[in-house]
Amino acid sequence: MKVHFKASYDDDIRLFEDRARLLKYAVLLGLMCALPFVVSDYLTGEITLVLIWCIAGMGLMILAGHTGQVSLGHAAFLAMGAFSNLWFMEQGIPFLLALPMAAIFTGVVGAIIALPILRLSGIYLAIATIALSIIVEDVAIIAEPYTGGVMGVFAPPIEIFGTMIDRYGTPKLFYFLCLVCTVLVTLAYANLLRSATGRSFLAVRDSEVSARALGVNVTRTKALAFGLSCAVTGLAGGLYAHFVQIVNYESFLILISITMVLQVVIGGLGSIHGAFFGAIVVGLLPQGIAIVRDFLQGTAGIDISAYPGLDTAVFAAIIIVFIVYEPQGLYGFYRKVKAQWELFPLARRDMFKRSKSYLKTERMR
Amino acid sequence: MSLLSVTDLAIHFGGVKAVDGVSFDVEEGEVFTIVGPNGAGKSTIFNLISRFYQPTHGKILFAGEDITQTPAHHIAELGIARTFQNIELFDHSTVLQNLLVGGHTKRRASWVEDVLHLPRSRNNEREARRAVEEVIDFLDLAAYRDKMIAGLPYGVRKVVEIARALASDPKLILLDEPASGLSVEETADMAFWIEDMQKDLGLTVLMVEHDMSLVSAVSDRVLAVAEGKPLSMGTSAEVQSDPKVIEAYLGTAA
Repeated sequence: MKVHFKASYDDDIRLFEDRARLLKYAVLLGLMCALPFVVSDYLTGEITLVLIWCIAGMGLMILAGHTGQVSLGHAAFLAMGAFSNLWFMEQGIPFLLALPMAAIFTGVVGAIIALPILRLSGIYLAIATIALSIIVEDVAIIAEPYTGGVMGVFAPPIEIFGTMIDRYGTPKLFYFLCLVCTVLVTLAYANLLRSATGRSFLAVRDSEVSARALGVNVTRTKALAFGLSCAVTGLAGGLYAHFVQIVNYESFLILISITMVLQVVIGGLGSIHGAFFGAIVVGLLPQGIAIVRDFLQGTAGIDISAYPGLDTAVFAAIIIVFIVYEPQGLYGFYRKVKAQWELFPLARRDMFKRSKSYLKTERMR
Repeated sequence: MSLLSVTDLAIHFGGVKAVDGVSFDVEEGEVFTIVGPNGAGKSTIFNLISRFYQPTHGKILFAGEDITQTPAHHIAELGIARTFQNIELFDHSTVLQNLLVGGHTKRRASWVEDVLHLPRSRNNEREARRAVEEVIDFLDLAAYRDKMIAGLPYGVRKVVEIARALASDPKLILLDEPASGLSVEETADMAFWIEDMQKDLGLTVLMVEHDMSLVSAVSDRVLAVAEGKPLSMGTSAEVQSDPKVIEAYLGTAA
């Protein structure tokens, strides 16, 4: 196991604890940049979708993973980001401005919605956020001038400094656009986590009462977390609109909200890595199922295309497996394997067993 | 002028008079202990001072300022820190992160600066870490600095909670049963630390405690309460020998 010798406070504050780690992420970024030139345009498109899921997942992770507030209605903010981005572009605002504007709009709306909603907790919060998702589905139909009603809105091509970016025409450029957004959001998220603001989120998640006693304004912190979460999700929504080219109320059904929750749980609540791992699963699972289906049909002669709900069922099975065997998600699993490897052969079987939590003050909630 | 001055404090939950007309003054630099049987309202007094509860009537003055209407999240900034009877740490964070939250009120950077990691945010972090290291040094927590709370033994958690309170650089620290669940040795350590807080850091300590050995060892003055009402005030020995206190604990002679 590596021991990091810290000689200054900056050693503790910086994003990468050592050169090796920095190098690892640099290599990863390099690989991601090289990827579209290696794989087919179709696969580039699929990976672009994974990147968009990464951003959306980070949005929900801020709220669910780091502030401890569950939202089962985040597709609503995906929709808000998508529709507002397209609406801004229709008004003649260039994409480079329209996208952040859509994110800010979604964030502000989210923070305002958060104030009443976050007074609820646990199951009541879950119900309220589901309601939100349902309401936005209806609003997407009713608010026709902005959302195109039942028909939906077509995404205009993106123009950045004279370069036209189109999901089908120039899939590589669109991929890089999403990659840049992903990197920027990840950096901002990592910065947040190493700051007082990020720690106040964690404090609210683990113990509201002591957070308050230490001077954290719990209401404001929750609203801020919700706002930031919605802004990032809105950003993902804006990109998603350009990815699917046409969005209407059906693009953001409640199933998308649930999928986002699955994503952060499968990936591992409470870590940025978790959002990425989850996105890979959520983004590539339908492809994986399609491949298995083709394989079964071609080689084994078993036709499973007659069961249309299959991917949903597989999703459900996966989530059950995770909740039972690996509540820490894929990232938790990865860390366990890593620790076992580093300590080999000294790892103990109970090393990751959850210690039972001591009695918590229940009276002042 | 007393650092903390509580006048005729009362809180009623429906018909239950949890605290009913308690008055006391805590002088600067003293260790003041509240004792009493279970359900006497000791922790409720703490929650009133922390502003988690709104008193039915009465007044709380801190350093001459009326804090009876101050929101709970402003109390830390004024210089009142507290620990909890049942340990309220942030379980899924490291000791260091817990203590850094203690310095929350000292931050100057806004969330926008934090997200962009601008110089002010970085300076905040350095300053917070420097302050926290002093506390880690003071309470001998260096061995646990990067450990997760969830894996720490109970006794260490108690100390971490005190450390987190100290990290907010308070004038007055409220300790809610600092020795509960501790071994005899750990309780003796706790007595030394409370003395150090008083003598070296110049803190004023307001404590609720059942362990009379600890109470006698560190308290300058003791207030006994029962059923929300004050019974007796004086030195530890005076209070312990007060017939009213003995009666509250043991009942009247048949």
